[in-house]
Amino acid sequence: MLTKRIIPCLDVRDDEVVKGIQFRNHEYVGSITNLAQRYSNDGADELVFYDIGASTSDSTVKKSWVSKVADVIDIPFCVAGGIKTLEDAEEILNLGADKISINTPAIENPKLITELSNEFGSQCVVIGMDIKIEDKKNYVYMKTGSEITSQSSNKLASEWVKQVQELGAGEIVINSMNKDGMRDGYSIDLLNELGDICDIPMIASGGAGNINHFIDVFTSTKVDGALAASIFHKQIYSINDIKSGLSANNINIRL
Amino acid sequence: MTVAIINSGGANLGSVQRAVDKIGYKAIITREIKDISDSTHVIIPGVGSAYNVMRSLKKTNLIQTIKSLSQPVLGICIGMQILFEFSDEGKVDCLGLIPGSVERFKSLDHLKVPQMGWNKVSFNNSLSEFNNYYYFANSYFNPINQFTIAQSQYGVSFTAAIKYKNFIGCQFHPEKSSLAGSKFLKNFLQS
Repeated sequence: MLTKRIIPCLDVRDDEVVKGIQFRNHEYVGSITNLAQRYSNDGADELVFYDIGASTSDSTVKKSWVSKVADVIDIPFCVAGGIKTLEDAEEILNLGADKISINTPAIENPKLITELSNEFGSQCVVIGMDIKIEDKKNYVYMKTGSEITSQSSNKLASEWVKQVQELGAGEIVINSMNKDGMRDGYSIDLLNELGDICDIPMIASGGAGNINHFIDVFTSTKVDGALAASIFHKQIYSINDIKSGLSANNINIRL
Repeated sequence: MTVAIINSGGANLGSVQRAVDKIGYKAIITREIKDISDSTHVIIPGVGSAYNVMRSLKKTNLIQTIKSLSQPVLGICIGMQILFEFSDEGKVDCLGLIPGSVERFKSLDHLKVPQMGWNKVSFNNSLSEFNNYYYFANSYFNPINQFTIAQSQYGVSFTAAIKYKNFIGCQFHPEKSSLAGSKFLKNFLQS
């Protein structure tokens, strides 16, 4: 059977990898290609790159680093940030990315999901959802790359999950903004609520802090993969540590 | 030795070229009949849908060229699926170079479609050194048959790799399957 995926997430700004806490106060982490290579060698199943400057400053993703990443790794990777048109997506895929992830542009123009899916196949169309809990309801946020632009789309997460599937998305990343960078565990309730209505692959994001959080998310929810940034960037755990721990707990993992 | 990667419009052309390059061979991405016919090895990548790839091959007049190839040919993902007679995806007639057809995974019992990620592949005994995890991204599959040389499980058992005459196909993406994929590709290029 298909293995569960461990996916390091690299936030890219000005051609380097950075990381913030709850989407704020970003610090320098390292060079894009060095980190990509390190994670790939260490057993990452896939990598995700978020160009966090792209969507907020109204530019398209700066693309030169995408082909450098493709040169140094031979596992799949996804690029997110500022992809608004078929042409933007095509350029990134042609540079060697396997998937593109869209968030704000999908909210502003849902038809884009269908157009991308028809053109490139649903397998490369990932919808990223940044979700914040407010008054016990889960709202989808947009323009989350900077705290100044971050705002609620007023869409309920459950409605948006249903809608993007109908529009042709191939995968959904559920990012809990309340958990981002906190390292106190994935948002299990949110992932269960949304997992029940999701027939396409779903990836958990936000909150990974130790091996038990990974075990918990794969045993308590139906997610297909787990994204993590801080714990890998800070070298608290290697990817291999996490995967060995999961395997020891009978979770199906590629080792 | 010359490797021709047929430009069928998919987005993984560059990745396949890079993978061949890393093994130490040079590959060209081409739509030219002569380049393809004269090469020692041909790779048909394919991302998107069987319908789109067949349309692209028709538009570039490559159907007959591919059918007449006698050197080793490797179809990857959709590139493998179009080697069969028919695909349910877009209900399209394919190249008919390998007997059989392609159908959609049924979304039953929490089985998510597309299959996306790393799955365990078991090759026939003589090829067991290639048993490993490979990367898949597909909604359609070819059921196990007499030409299957490797299989995998996703709700059902399905063809992970197939060989018929000089035509080889793999449902997984060797260009994205790390060391295992590189070893598989190298074996093809040295065949």
